[in-house]
Amino acid sequence: MNLFSLFIKSVFVDNMIFAYFLGMCSYLAVSKTVKTSAGLGLAVTFVLVVTVPVNYLINKYLLSPGALSWLSPKLASVDLSFLTYILFIAIIAAIVQILEMLIETFTPALHSALGIFLPLIAVNCAILGCSLFMQERGFGNIGEAAVYGLGSGLGWLLAITAIAAIREKLRYSKIPKGLQGVGIAFIITGLMGVAFMAFMGIKI
Amino acid sequence: MSNWKKLVIEPLRKTNPVTVLVLGICSCLAVTAQLKPALVMGASVTVVTALSNLIISLLRKGIPNRIRIIVQLVVVATLVIMIDQFLKAFAYDVSKQLSVYVGLIITNCIIMGRLEAFALQNGPWESFLDGLGNGLGYSLILVIVAFFRELLGSGTLLGYQVIPQSFYEAGYQNNGLMILPPMALIVIGIVIWINNSKTETK
Repeated sequence: MNLFSLFIKSVFVDNMIFAYFLGMCSYLAVSKTVKTSAGLGLAVTFVLVVTVPVNYLINKYLLSPGALSWLSPKLASVDLSFLTYILFIAIIAAIVQILEMLIETFTPALHSALGIFLPLIAVNCAILGCSLFMQERGFGNIGEAAVYGLGSGLGWLLAITAIAAIREKLRYSKIPKGLQGVGIAFIITGLMGVAFMAFMGIKI
Repeated sequence: MSNWKKLVIEPLRKTNPVTVLVLGICSCLAVTAQLKPALVMGASVTVVTALSNLIISLLRKGIPNRIRIIVQLVVVATLVIMIDQFLKAFAYDVSKQLSVYVGLIITNCIIMGRLEAFALQNGPWESFLDGLGNGLGYSLILVIVAFFRELLGSGTLLGYQVIPQSFYEAGYQNNGLMILPPMALIVIGIVIWINNSKTETK
């Protein structure tokens, strides 16, 4: 698959939120103002671009059936795929921690913008979900994995910024009492999802 | 006696993790196009929440505060791997349908939320009940959403035809939109609306 169409596909068609509901928790909790949601979106994109390729390598050289044969031919029959979840989540948690430390040392400005969101990201379902989808679809090389991570992150950024903008406007509208807050956010996300389904037919 | 009842019953309505606290939405919606995967998913989450609450509560005095998140993640991930292997062995078709969402139980915020908020401060038995109650509250919403989506979307329940053939002959049609992802969000929005307005009037 060529990289450009993979990118467009992962941003619009396979959007993390509208098609797979991944990362909904922080999506609903943080999307109150555009500024903070853009910050969180950027942080998620950043982490995805790093973790998906790393997990791709882990999957290729450690986890998938017969992956250990590069060590010695005797290990060709070893299948460690049952360790996927625990390794992926450990890698994600470790990378998030390292990224946080690196950003804090080298770019304090970026850290003060993203800082509070980074620790939250380790338990964001979009991150683990993206790695698991990467494994399930079996991408051919590390470039595809990286582009997939980038596209999914940008799609998530797009979705959270859009809903935050709508919710900012929503404060001035009259909503039935029981529906206020989360209820209406769900329904709006549903309607946005319907709009995004229009991208499904795109062929590049 | 009343204590354990409170721990199990309250999360079903008053402090429901999905509709009131808005946790664990991620995995909740994707599996609700049909009733069967929703039931399996609800059961798996209940087991993981109850057991992880129990284990963390037993370990709570030994875990250093700084690394507690990673300890919790390891405990939860181990439980999820066990569930995943179990499903692959005994319910292969459902496990295929759930695909990555079984793995995503690890990052389900209900589990982390309950561990942080409850299991770290309370004894093993209470924590177990609390986990059970929250898992059941989650399953309840899952089943409600899946019930309406499968009934209106495919006219079946658990795979059995429910809407009689004569309806179709009279011109009734399945609402294909119900099976698509966006409707899950809208249905859950309506469930939250009903739940909120009911708890307010009381």
